[in-house]
Amino acid sequence: MSETSKPKLVIRSFSACFGDDCVLRNIDLDVRANERLAIIGPSRSGKTTLLRSLNRLNDMEARFHFTGRIELDGQDIYHDRMDPAVLRRRVGMVYAVPVPLPWSIYDNLTYGPKLAGIRGKSTLDELVETSLRRAVLWDEVKDRLRESAHNLSGGQQQRMCLARVLALGPEVLLLDEPCSGLDPISTAKIEDALADLKEQYSIVLVTNNTKQAARASDRTAFFLMSELVEVGPTSTVFTAPRDKRTNDYIVGHFG
Amino acid sequence: MKILPRIPPVVAQRLAVTGLWTLTAVVLATLGLIILFILWRGLPHVTWGFLTSGPGGIDEEGGILPMIVGTALVAGIGVLVAAPIGVGTAIYLTEYTREGRLTALIRFGADCLAGIPSIIFGMFGFAFFGITLHMGYSILSGALTLALMVLPTIVRTSEEAIRAVPRSYRDVSFGLGSSRWQMVTHVVLRCALPGIATGVVLSLGRAISETAVVMLTSGSSIGMPHSVFDSVRTLALHFYTIAQEFGPTPQAYATAAVLILSVLLINITAYYLMRRFVTRVR
Amino acid sequence: MRQDKIIRVLLTAVALTAIAGLALITIFLFAEGVPFIWKTGAREFFLSDDWKPTVSEHNPVPHFGILAMIVGSLEVTAGAMIVGVTLSMACAIVLTQFCPARLAAVLKPAIELLAGIPSVVYGFMGVVTLAPFISEHFGGGNGQCVLAASIVLGVMALPTITSISVDALQAVPRSYFEGAVAMGATRWQTTTMVMLRAARSGIVAAIILGMGRAIGETMAVIMIAGNSIMIPHSLLDPVRTLTANIALEIGDAAPQHREALFATGVTLFVIIMVLNSIALVVSRRRAGSAAS
Repeated sequence: MSETSKPKLVIRSFSACFGDDCVLRNIDLDVRANERLAIIGPSRSGKTTLLRSLNRLNDMEARFHFTGRIELDGQDIYHDRMDPAVLRRRVGMVYAVPVPLPWSIYDNLTYGPKLAGIRGKSTLDELVETSLRRAVLWDEVKDRLRESAHNLSGGQQQRMCLARVLALGPEVLLLDEPCSGLDPISTAKIEDALADLKEQYSIVLVTNNTKQAARASDRTAFFLMSELVEVGPTSTVFTAPRDKRTNDYIVGHFG
Repeated sequence: MKILPRIPPVVAQRLAVTGLWTLTAVVLATLGLIILFILWRGLPHVTWGFLTSGPGGIDEEGGILPMIVGTALVAGIGVLVAAPIGVGTAIYLTEYTREGRLTALIRFGADCLAGIPSIIFGMFGFAFFGITLHMGYSILSGALTLALMVLPTIVRTSEEAIRAVPRSYRDVSFGLGSSRWQMVTHVVLRCALPGIATGVVLSLGRAISETAVVMLTSGSSIGMPHSVFDSVRTLALHFYTIAQEFGPTPQAYATAAVLILSVLLINITAYYLMRRFVTRVR
Repeated sequence: MRQDKIIRVLLTAVALTAIAGLALITIFLFAEGVPFIWKTGAREFFLSDDWKPTVSEHNPVPHFGILAMIVGSLEVTAGAMIVGVTLSMACAIVLTQFCPARLAAVLKPAIELLAGIPSVVYGFMGVVTLAPFISEHFGGGNGQCVLAASIVLGVMALPTITSISVDALQAVPRSYFEGAVAMGATRWQTTTMVMLRAARSGIVAAIILGMGRAIGETMAVIMIAGNSIMIPHSLLDPVRTLTANIALEIGDAAPQHREALFATGVTLFVIIMVLNSIALVVSRRRAGSAAS
């Protein structure tokens, strides 16, 4: 964990609303390079909105508007000159429900790279293998690459979605409750994958499962009703939280 | 006070179901009767000579080659014009605008115009293309009028097919760094294609069967067309003409048989396309 | 990003072309037809059955009253609805409630195939089989009359009414059906007391759209209805509809005559627009209340 280098993502005074419904208020948060940051909190706290703001997916919503700044490596991501498509290749997202596109596994994985202009069968083949290995899925599907992605199990589909994002060569990984609905074995596989992946990527993991946050992150941020209540090293947040509300949530007084 | 004896529910059901199935059988029998009758009376006269020669001096004799060519040109050009415009409009409405009063109004207009009878399109084509634009009775006038006639249907069916593509696919495509147009072509259109194709194919069927429009815009010339500005007589109109003038002659049955076969072919194609669409987008 | 802007502009142009084309038809139709109604006077145009548009020595002043055609269209449509709704309701109920799924999967496309048969073939079959039958068994003339037209149009409207009604019935939530069965109702009781009632607005919309289809039909009607300009007094009288009137006369019409035909077209357009709007409102109301 490099404390000395500048943070990967900087979120400053960020507030976001959909029309009149304000879901984030004045968020100040850093995402450090090569860390796993967990974001926990009850539903409707703004966690997913924050995630989707980090790769500008909220641009697609008609009534989305915001104030404040988000910087990636010091550059404002909402600046006119920042191409959202390029941003999304640098900041990739895995969704709560795996969404394989109705094509083969191979086509799913090569879609993003092809959009980015990568050509050449051998290059793409290599990219597919590397990404699947990093997502701990290669051994299970290496003989089935041309089969429909829909034939995979839920856990396999989610790892494929992870591989799909990795194939873009991102710098930051955003994961929105990636293990909801998955069995414990698949969940464990994904959490192990994340532990290895942090060597190369900065990871932001939104989760409703506090135990997962405790297991699989370096720092934890607690969101409650549109506000960032507390952030700190995971062990500290879980054993000696500064704020009473954090403690109440973790212990389970509400959720 | 109940005077009639109460019919037990099970008996009532049996009566009702028998009655309903009888009526359904009547419908299916009618369908079968029409198709089989025409084919039975007409197919024996659909010879190679019939299909490849023109009519003789009098309408009653001779073949239907100019009509086949004319129909193919009028219907083909019409659909070729309407399809890109219709699909493009559908893409615009679903992917490039926000839902609002304008899109609702456009959709309402398209829905209404889809229900306007063909004779009104024919009247318009006759007056606007034929007279105002000086095209007279021509393939082009007929094709453009048919294009307008099938346009609302193509817009509507394309829109439905595009809307059926799950929203999550679009999110995923953006998330992987696509532009909106890349998302539309690589993901949405690829998934919606069978549905869109079904609409286009069914419109082709409608264009081929259409008589009132071509009667007023392409005229009734029985010669082989040499350019799109020539007048031409389509199969359906030819059938109508010889049936009204000469009654149920072998030529009439044969022409009808060719018509029915083309329509059957088109409907079966559309059916299989639709099934592919349903399995594709799960 | 710039490519996206270009594409957006192109697509907007395409959409505007489509809208312009369709608006053009409406505007053109009204521009040609409405002034004529104004000139002739609405009462004379709509309420007189005196239609003698061509000037000749017997007829120095042309008369343009379309009452006979309006009545003709309405009567034929009403007859078509009696035939069509009966048959299509039977089919829709059978297909959705009393038919194993595999058989329904074959029958539904078969019924939709009926929609593909060209109207001239329907008219032809009517002339060749139905009209002689009517003529022989019911009365003189050649059998081309209101009754024949009603039957043929009813069969032609059937696929529309059936397929939309089937959609409406299939959209009824399964819980309604299961609730009724749980209370011991037979399938038939469930159908009449629950399913039909729940699908009511969709079915009404289907019928209205079928009505629009029947009233707009041209070629089959020309072949089977007789085309006499008179207000029919019995089912066996020949009749001319608004659509047939336009189709038969526009080719050789003098300018004033042509304007009168456009005015007829406007009448038809308005009637069908009203029908379609009612159908849309009715079906949207169902969608709204079903969603809540």
